[in-house]
Amino acid sequence: MISATAAASPATRAPLEGPRGPKPRTRFSRRNIFIYGTLGLVALYYALPLYVMIVTSLKGMPEIRLGNVFAPPVEITFEPWVKAWSTACTGLNCDGLSRGFWNSVRILIPSVVLSIAIASVNGYALANWRFRGADLFFTILIVGAFIPYQVMIYPIVIILREMGLYGSLTGLVLVHSVFGMPILTLLFRNYFTSIPEELFKAARVDGAGFWGIYFRIMLPMSLPIFVVAMILQVTGIWNDFLFGVIYTKPDLYPMTVQLNNIVNSVQGVKEYNVNMAATLLTGLVPLAIYFVSGKLFVRGIAAGAVKG
Amino acid sequence: MKHIGTLLGATALCAASSLSAAELEVTHWWTSGGEAAAVAEFAKAFNATGNKWVDGAIAGGGGTARPIMISRITGGDPMAATQFNHGRQAEELVEAGLMRDLTDIANAEGWADIVHPSSLLDSCTLDGHIYCVPVNIHSWQWLWLSNKAFADAGVAVPTSWDEFVAAAPALEAKGIIPLAMGQQSWQSSGAFNVLMVSLAGADLFLKVYGDHDADVAAGAEVARVFAAADDARKMAANSSVQDWNQATNLVITGKAGGQIMGDWAQGEFQVAGQVAGTDYTCLPGLGVNEIISTGGDAFYFPVLADEEQTAAQGELASLMLKPEVQVNFNLKKGSLPVRGDIDLSAANDCMKKGLEILAAGNVIPDPNQLMSPDSLGQINDLFVEFFNDASITAADAQARFAEIVGNAD
Amino acid sequence: MAANARPIRLLRNLNAKIAAVPMILTALVVFVGGSMWTVIYSFTGSKLLPKKLLKWDELFAIPVPEWIAKDGALNFDIPVGIVSRSFVGLDQYERLWASNRWIISIENLAIYGACSLVLSFVIGFVLAALLDQKIRFENTFRTIILYPFALSFIVTGLVWQWILNPEFGIQSIVRGMGFVGFTFDPLYNQDIVIYGILIAGLWQGTGLIMCLMLAGLRGIDEDIWKAARVDGIPMWKTYLFIVIPMMRPVFITTLVIIASGIVRVYDLVVAQTSGGPGISSEVPAKYVYDYMFQNQNLGQGFAASTMMLLAVAVVIIPWAYLEFGGRKRG
Repeated sequence: MISATAAASPATRAPLEGPRGPKPRTRFSRRNIFIYGTLGLVALYYALPLYVMIVTSLKGMPEIRLGNVFAPPVEITFEPWVKAWSTACTGLNCDGLSRGFWNSVRILIPSVVLSIAIASVNGYALANWRFRGADLFFTILIVGAFIPYQVMIYPIVIILREMGLYGSLTGLVLVHSVFGMPILTLLFRNYFTSIPEELFKAARVDGAGFWGIYFRIMLPMSLPIFVVAMILQVTGIWNDFLFGVIYTKPDLYPMTVQLNNIVNSVQGVKEYNVNMAATLLTGLVPLAIYFVSGKLFVRGIAAGAVKG
Repeated sequence: MKHIGTLLGATALCAASSLSAAELEVTHWWTSGGEAAAVAEFAKAFNATGNKWVDGAIAGGGGTARPIMISRITGGDPMAATQFNHGRQAEELVEAGLMRDLTDIANAEGWADIVHPSSLLDSCTLDGHIYCVPVNIHSWQWLWLSNKAFADAGVAVPTSWDEFVAAAPALEAKGIIPLAMGQQSWQSSGAFNVLMVSLAGADLFLKVYGDHDADVAAGAEVARVFAAADDARKMAANSSVQDWNQATNLVITGKAGGQIMGDWAQGEFQVAGQVAGTDYTCLPGLGVNEIISTGGDAFYFPVLADEEQTAAQGELASLMLKPEVQVNFNLKKGSLPVRGDIDLSAANDCMKKGLEILAAGNVIPDPNQLMSPDSLGQINDLFVEFFNDASITAADAQARFAEIVGNAD
Repeated sequence: MAANARPIRLLRNLNAKIAAVPMILTALVVFVGGSMWTVIYSFTGSKLLPKKLLKWDELFAIPVPEWIAKDGALNFDIPVGIVSRSFVGLDQYERLWASNRWIISIENLAIYGACSLVLSFVIGFVLAALLDQKIRFENTFRTIILYPFALSFIVTGLVWQWILNPEFGIQSIVRGMGFVGFTFDPLYNQDIVIYGILIAGLWQGTGLIMCLMLAGLRGIDEDIWKAARVDGIPMWKTYLFIVIPMMRPVFITTLVIIASGIVRVYDLVVAQTSGGPGISSEVPAKYVYDYMFQNQNLGQGFAASTMMLLAVAVVIIPWAYLEFGGRKRG
């Protein structure tokens, strides 16, 4: 952070405060009405399903069967939330989503850290330290982003088995890192490419090496892209069901296994209110991270907007 | 504290029983209320032997659960026991030597004498060795009718498929969907197979599904079945639901006249507090040919290295066929027991009809026991397309059906 | 241009190479190895388990190196009893292309892909440009537009399945307002079902695209805007001819994210329609998965995935190599 602040000249702080387009003169100019009107409508479209989820999760089942999905609840009940969290059953285990919550956290943290660490170093090497053959591997990696996960289930079972990691947390973390790698590497590579050449050259002249430049110059300037990468990974890993359930054992199953059970209960009555409550509960962690990182995002952009 | 409690409990049980305790992880895809209650019966009985049932339920049906089970088994980290449907789903795992041979236990306990119908045990047998324990029988051949819907339409509740078809216009006139049908592919092909068994008889069904006879499948008798399926398609044209239980719900609420669905639909009627005979009517074999198929579930036991666990596997296997376990499990599950020698007086009317048919021996194997999942999958694809696209004629569909049957394995 | 002064080439390369080891391993072992494995087994009649290939050189009529031919990591260790001549040539492919369902899957993917690609770009960029106008409540708007991305596809599908349900969703609301003839049931109409899926897909994914675009827009030098204003260039022209070309790297990233998401679309379809009505909303990834696990025909599933890999390879490899290889960054 220190070097970022040092590197940021006063002028570079402008994007945060300075206007993008022409400065708005009046509060109700036609332009403002257009912008806020459009954004308002768009926000409505994006917010509507959330509204439906919240409203439904607060209704009782009889009300759901009768009413329409948009109607607010006549009688508010928190029972679906309690049930989703603590009493919904997966087979014989009736402790709801709470069962898998800490497992999800245990999977999430190392997976996010490892995948972002690997990808950022990769991206940095590709952007600033090009070596022979790098492009080939990178191309393969990008093509890998297009392979459906399902196709890879068997080969990865074999690879993990041969490595002796099948069924372990380490194995799952590796799988998440591997599948996160293509897009994250691309993200970091492109970002580091856009960092001004001069900074890199100056550091080289000062005698900084590969890791020195990475930790002292690149890292502090890359907050926005780390935030984007984090958003991608947290969401992907937290919501993952397939890998979590295939490559680990029941005592490591993530929360999504319970969510899947609650939502996908094939036989029996569908409890839509519990479904929605479970959905919202499962989404809370990524949502909270978005909320926190939203601010970081803007700050990061201010710090990272150093442009030659 | 909790751990100490468990430990003490386990120690006490160990002391009580001569056998050593082992933890067995059991995977299955029974996650709805009734299903979980049924599994709990197994778990209770197993825990009473001093061992511990570790539940590994995976929701979403076999399609979601099977890849997980297969990956675990081939990945070298198998569970101790796992559910599959009766039939050929686990065939290759057995062939690959990954499943435990239960023949000794089966011989010692005389499974060959108690399992009825014997075709269930045949499905578990490969090269003379037994590899699984059948636990229940689910049959497909039921027509569920809403008494309310027919009362609203002012016609008598049908007693056969033809009467049902004849009543369709009256239902439609009142805005009632004659036939409720979900959109999932297994429901479409299931309904067609029911029509085939019920309208054209068991022999034809066995020629098509058992012998894979493409000429019969292309013949006139099957053409009649396709004509009936065409009727069914028209009757179900306005049924826009996805899951089978949503379709059942249309029948329960009287929005639809009837539904062709397996005996598991009964659980839905029970949950809704409906009574067989007064609120709804069940017609086995569509009221034409009272024949039921004997699909269902079986448990397989992967080969384990641990000796204690292997011993416990044996205990679990024999326990699943014990009379009282069978009764308790099947009453909760809504399915029929796999042994004919037990008393099921607590069963309701529809279930009793099923037991009678079973006792009379009017049974056929389930398609799962006769064809590979691959061929059945193609048949599923064909019928889900047929039932949802009115532009496909019965003749076209029959030609494609015959081709799949001819190539089936 | 990057570091093109190369005083100590060997040492520098060494460091970068060490850093790139995970990438190289992933690329070679997982992506190349896994894909090759898939392609090879697509020529077999594998059902539930991959059948071991005993005589590789016999199958392919070419000599195979010792390390592949022996029972290595590429093969499943299945007792020899059940394995024999498992090679079936192109049978799986003939069956694949004769399958109605596969053809429909591809058509759906093409429609979904084209619409999703264009609309994601346009919507994402326009929203980012609007948020970039130094507006109030930017945080609020951004959060609202981004939050759907936090939800899994399973959940997205479920919610939209609900909202689009004719019985109690949008259609019934509009009818309730007096428009009795109003029909909006995309998920129950064979002809437009794929657009119903598109609505949900865009809802879930455009927030991220917008964020990427916003990050790109914020990276544009303020001086460029000033210069454009001084020259009296209208704003839309500035965007179109100056800003967008400058955002090329962001667009490339976005393109890869959107396109890879399109090829892999699976959960959303399963959650919303399970491929229905009929088979009218099937997609290739679902074909692959269903054949591998539901129908227990690995060979067929692998043949389908090989076709997907091939299509990706034909389109992506030349492009990716031009984009990322060949020349220096730009």
